[in-house]
Amino acid sequence: MSSTALELKRSGRALRISAYVRGILSLKTLQGVSTLVAFVALWQAAVSLKVPYLSNLPYPADVWKSFTDTVVTRAYWISWAVSLERIFVSFLVAQVLGIPLGLLMGISRKSKDILFPVFEIVRPIPPIAWIPLAILFWPTEELSIYALTFIGPFFVIVLNVMQGVANIDVSLKRAALSLGAKPGDIFWKIMLPGALPSILTGMTVGIGVAWNVLIAAEMIAGHVGLGRMTWEAYTNGNIPLIMVGMASIGVAGYLCSGVVRIVGQSCMPWRRRS
Amino acid sequence: MSAAVATGIAAAQPARLVDVDGVTKCFGTEDDRQICLESCSFGIPRGKLTVLMGPSGCGKTTLINLIAGYELPDRGSVRLEGAPVAGPGSDRLVVFQETTLFPWMTVYGNVAFGCKVKRLSQAAIREKAERILAKVGLYAFRDKYPSQLSGGMQRRTELARALINDPKLMILDEPFRGLDAMTRELMQEFYLKLFEETCLTTLFVTHELEEAIFMADRLVLLTYKPGQVKEILDVDLPRPRHFSMFASKRFFELHDHAMSLLVEESKKAFAAGCTSAFDQIAGARPPAGG
Ligand SMILES: Nc1ncnc2c1ncn2[C@@H]1O[C@H](COP(=O)(O)OP(=O)(O)OP(=O)(O)O)[C@@H](O)[C@H]1O
Ligand SMILES: [Mg+2]
Repeated sequence: MSSTALELKRSGRALRISAYVRGILSLKTLQGVSTLVAFVALWQAAVSLKVPYLSNLPYPADVWKSFTDTVVTRAYWISWAVSLERIFVSFLVAQVLGIPLGLLMGISRKSKDILFPVFEIVRPIPPIAWIPLAILFWPTEELSIYALTFIGPFFVIVLNVMQGVANIDVSLKRAALSLGAKPGDIFWKIMLPGALPSILTGMTVGIGVAWNVLIAAEMIAGHVGLGRMTWEAYTNGNIPLIMVGMASIGVAGYLCSGVVRIVGQSCMPWRRRS
Repeated sequence: MSAAVATGIAAAQPARLVDVDGVTKCFGTEDDRQICLESCSFGIPRGKLTVLMGPSGCGKTTLINLIAGYELPDRGSVRLEGAPVAGPGSDRLVVFQETTLFPWMTVYGNVAFGCKVKRLSQAAIREKAERILAKVGLYAFRDKYPSQLSGGMQRRTELARALINDPKLMILDEPFRGLDAMTRELMQEFYLKLFEETCLTTLFVTHELEEAIFMADRLVLLTYKPGQVKEILDVDLPRPRHFSMFASKRFFELHDHAMSLLVEESKKAFAAGCTSAFDQIAGARPPAGG
């Protein structure tokens, strides 16, 4: 019995692997890869043919060489680690402070009337515009970078959660009240889960904003980090390294968004397609 | 005969569970006041199925909101067993046409909600919930989310979520609208059977006259602008009801009578809509040839 079960399991795994391989070889991936190849070919052609304005670009091979040289250095991975740590801490603090504040402003009319005007004045200021003030205000550069990276996602999350709470269907609240829910139940069982999709939207947008601000802050105020690495490549006139830095930032942002998405989906099983 | 037996059981208590007494409800601002209900009075007898009918926009849902305690009347009162209704409570539960299931809870979570917020023990909740889920035929679907259910199943989940609390009054506001004909018929049969077993006092709103007569003990017809009671018909078809009664002579009589009253009101409602539409067109565009 158990041996057949094992076989079944194994054949199941084999099936899954073959499906995976087929997935990789599918038309869609083929299309993606060919677009990528075409892009590199165009790039190569543009540089070799000295197309105006594009002739200063390095060859794809130079960038690739710069990349392989860089990834083996310790400094490169330290840049990654430092940037990720800054993002992680600032983003987390922004959520920990922003979500309750957004909930409060969404639920209580009075607190919204008191707090929202301040938000309306401060919110339109782009986070990057805070850089000079933050550098002068905070005692260390590290703290200024944390503060700047915090501001961007903080406003995003507060406004999203507030809107999310306000958009919860009043009929759901009424139904809960009819069934005998007390204010605590309404908060934990209706408001919070009802606002969860907006919390996730706020986090998804917020993580992008956080990376924007972090890179700008690092370029101006930092000593290490992916943004700093790219900026130093600029001051050294090392165009291939600039491009490696840009690509790294892109990958880092993509990975962070992915993590946020996965966390969000695991919090909202009712939204999963099945 | 069985209806008479039911009245006999309830004889010790006042015959009316709910009194709607001279209720007036307006909407809009000070200078743009719309009277929705005006001096509307009727009672909901205990152990009976009362159907509320009237043209669209005459104030049926508003009345339900008042009885459920979601809103308060401007004048008059709604009383449950003599005590004025001051807010929502689990003794009066509503199933609306639009689903109000909590999307983030499973079928089980939704059905158990009322017991959970009353802090019953886990074991008691489980026992009650599983019994009622089996009764509405959703036991196998207890771990599904509402978005994974068909319309008919969603409606049954809502019924179960209400019934588990043993409400004194069950309010159904066009609960079967938007279901396909087959499912609708099954749901009608399901609710009728439940009602005939339990004599759970019910207020039922529908636009379908056949459905209304088929289900009702009493038919309350409302007028349009202002919303008032036009007539109350006693539906004296025997219980248990059966689909074959659609062909009975009494059914036709009741149907014809109610239909003529409804058509009168609907014409009025339609004409009111036309007049205001013409007013708007006339206001927006000066008459041609001027
Ligand atoms: N919250 C509200 N604010 C303003 N007007 C409202 C409100 N609720 C209802 N009304 C108005 O009151 C009138 C009655 O509405 P109601 O929903 O009670 O009608 P109804 O009889 O349930 O109609 P239907 O059969 O279409 O469901 C309508 O003219 C509607 O526009
Ligand atoms: Mg209605």
